[in-house]
Amino acid sequence: MEKKSNRVLSAIESVCYKFRYLFLILYVALMVIVPFLDIKLVHAQVIILIGVYAMLGMGLNVLIGYTGLVSLGHAGFYAIGAYTCALLETKLGVNFWLALVASGVLTAFIGFLLGLPSLRLSGSYLSIVTLGFCEIVTMILKQWESVTNGNYGVRNIKQPVFFGIKLDMYNGGLIVLMLVLCLIVGVASLAIRNSNAGRAFRAIKDDELAANMMGIHVSRYKIMSFVISAFITGIAGGFYCVTRNYIEPGSFNFDVSILILSVVIIGGLGTIRGMVFGAAILQLFPQVFRFLDEWRYVVYGLLLIVMMRFRPQGLLGWQSTQPYHLSKKTKQILEADGGTSEPLEAAGKTEGGSEQ
Amino acid sequence: MLKITDLNVFYGPIHALKGVSLEVNNGEIVTLIGSNGAGKSTTLNAITGIVKVASGKVELDGQDITNAASHKIVQHGISLSPEGREVFPGLTVEENLRMGAYTRQNKQEIAQNFERVYDLFPRLKERVSQPAGTLSGGEQQMLAIGRSLMSSPKYLLLDEPSMGLAPNLVQMIFSLIEEINKQGMTILLIEQNANMALSVASRAYVLETGRVSLSGDAAQLAQDERVKKAYLGA
Repeated sequence: MEKKSNRVLSAIESVCYKFRYLFLILYVALMVIVPFLDIKLVHAQVIILIGVYAMLGMGLNVLIGYTGLVSLGHAGFYAIGAYTCALLETKLGVNFWLALVASGVLTAFIGFLLGLPSLRLSGSYLSIVTLGFCEIVTMILKQWESVTNGNYGVRNIKQPVFFGIKLDMYNGGLIVLMLVLCLIVGVASLAIRNSNAGRAFRAIKDDELAANMMGIHVSRYKIMSFVISAFITGIAGGFYCVTRNYIEPGSFNFDVSILILSVVIIGGLGTIRGMVFGAAILQLFPQVFRFLDEWRYVVYGLLLIVMMRFRPQGLLGWQSTQPYHLSKKTKQILEADGGTSEPLEAAGKTEGGSEQ
Repeated sequence: MLKITDLNVFYGPIHALKGVSLEVNNGEIVTLIGSNGAGKSTTLNAITGIVKVASGKVELDGQDITNAASHKIVQHGISLSPEGREVFPGLTVEENLRMGAYTRQNKQEIAQNFERVYDLFPRLKERVSQPAGTLSGGEQQMLAIGRSLMSSPKYLLLDEPSMGLAPNLVQMIFSLIEEINKQGMTILLIEQNANMALSVASRAYVLETGRVSLSGDAAQLAQDERVKKAYLGA
C-alpha cells in the first residue's frame, strides 16, 4: 500500500518538477490576481493562517528536519517575533517593514542564546529546555505589564502600507504579502539545505561523531541552525501580528508549539512542500469539520494516529525519485572517464519546489 | 611520524589505556590488533580527541596534538574512518564525499580527490547520486574510506574496516588498503581480524587490556606462538 502511494506521489512529483517554472509563473500570477478576487474575510483569515503556519513549519524544519534537534518551544520564538513587531509599531511608531526585519533579528538573537545549552544537551533533554523557554516567554509577556500590557495584549496594530497602498484583509494585500514571504522563506530554506552549511546540518543529524571527524565544528552549526530557525519563526510572528488587530500572550502557548511541530511531522520532515501541505491540512481541518462540533477534535486525534501508523514519514515525506543534481565538477570527472554522462535515475534529494 | 608516548585514558574509574606507546612512520601500514575491549578504539579516539587523554603525549611530525579538539584533527592531516562505517545515510554518495572534503578550500584539490576516490572505488562512481543509506555494507565501507581520503590526509586511521563484511569483501577492502598505502599514504589500522591485518601491515602492536603486550615486525608476529594461539586461531 505504501509503495503504491509512493509511486503515485512520485509521478505527481515528476510532473511538478518538469513544469516547475510554469508553477512558479502561476504562483506569481496568483499574487497579481488575488487583489481582484473577492475573498470573504473568514476565508482570507484561514488562508493567511495557512501561510503563517507554513512559514513556522519551515522555520522549525531547519532545526528538526535538517539538524535533528527537536524543539518543543517554538511558540516562544513566534511570540517574540509577534510582540517585537507589534510593540515597535504601536509604541515607537516604527515602519512595519523595519519592524518585521527587527522581529527576525531579535528572535534570531534569542535563538542564539537558546542554542547555547544545545551544546551540552542532546535529545529529549534539549526538548525539555525549549519547553521551559516557551513557558518563560509567555510568563514574561503576561507579567511585564509596563511594556507588553500583560494579559490585555497589544491592541490597534496597524496594517502595513506598501508605497501608499494599505495592505489589509479586504483588498487581499495581506494574502499577497503572505505569498511573497512564503516564497522567500521557501526558496531560502531550499538554498540553505543544499549549501555547505545545510550539508553540515544534515551530516550532524545523521551522525554527530562522524560529522565531527570531517572537521565540522558541530556546536557552531547547531547554534547556527537555531539562529536560522528562530529568524524564520520571528518573521512569521512579525507578519502574524499585523494580520490581527491585536495579540495576547494566550495566542502563543504550548498548544501552538505542538501545532507547529505537527505541521512539520505531518507534512513530511525535511521537505518544503510538506510544510505547506501540513499547514493547510491542520488549519483547514477544524474549519471543514465544523459540523462535528466538539467531536471534531476527537476525529482529528484519531486521524493523526491513523496517519502516523500508515505514513510515519509524513504525508509528503517520500523519497524523491527525481535525478539528483550532480555538481559540475563530478560531471566533468565522470565524463572525462567516458562514464555515464546522462543523469543517473536514482533516489536523490531534489524537492518539488516551494509552490503551493 | 605519528608518535604516541605513555598514553593513559580513563573512563570514569576504569583505566582503559595504561601507558600505551606506539609509532607510525611515514609510508608504512601499522596495525593495532587485540581482542574486544583491549583498548584499540580507545587509542584511536584518544588520538583524534574524542576521549580526553589523562596523561601522555600524541605527537604528529613533532607537533604536540594531545587533546586537540576533534574537529581540528582533520586539519592536522589525520583522517579517521570510524568503526561501523558511519557514513551519513541521508546524504548522497557525492554529498558524503563532499563532507569529507569539508575543510578543504582548494577546488582543484577537491576535484583531484574526487577523481582519486572514483578511481579507487569505481562502484561509488556508479552510485554517486544514491543516498548512502541505500548502499550495501561493502559499498558503505568503501564510501567511509573514500570519504576519509577526501581531506587529503597524511595519516589515515582505519577502525575495523572488515567489520560485518563477507570474506570476499574483506579481501577486497584489504587489497584496496594496500593500494592506498602504495600511493604513499601512512595508515594506522585497527583490526580484530588479525590474520588479514598482519598480512598487509609492515609492523604491528598487540594490545591487551590497555597495554601493549607485543610489538614488532608484522610477518614475525604472525609466526609468534603467543599471537597464533590468542588471535590467529592456530
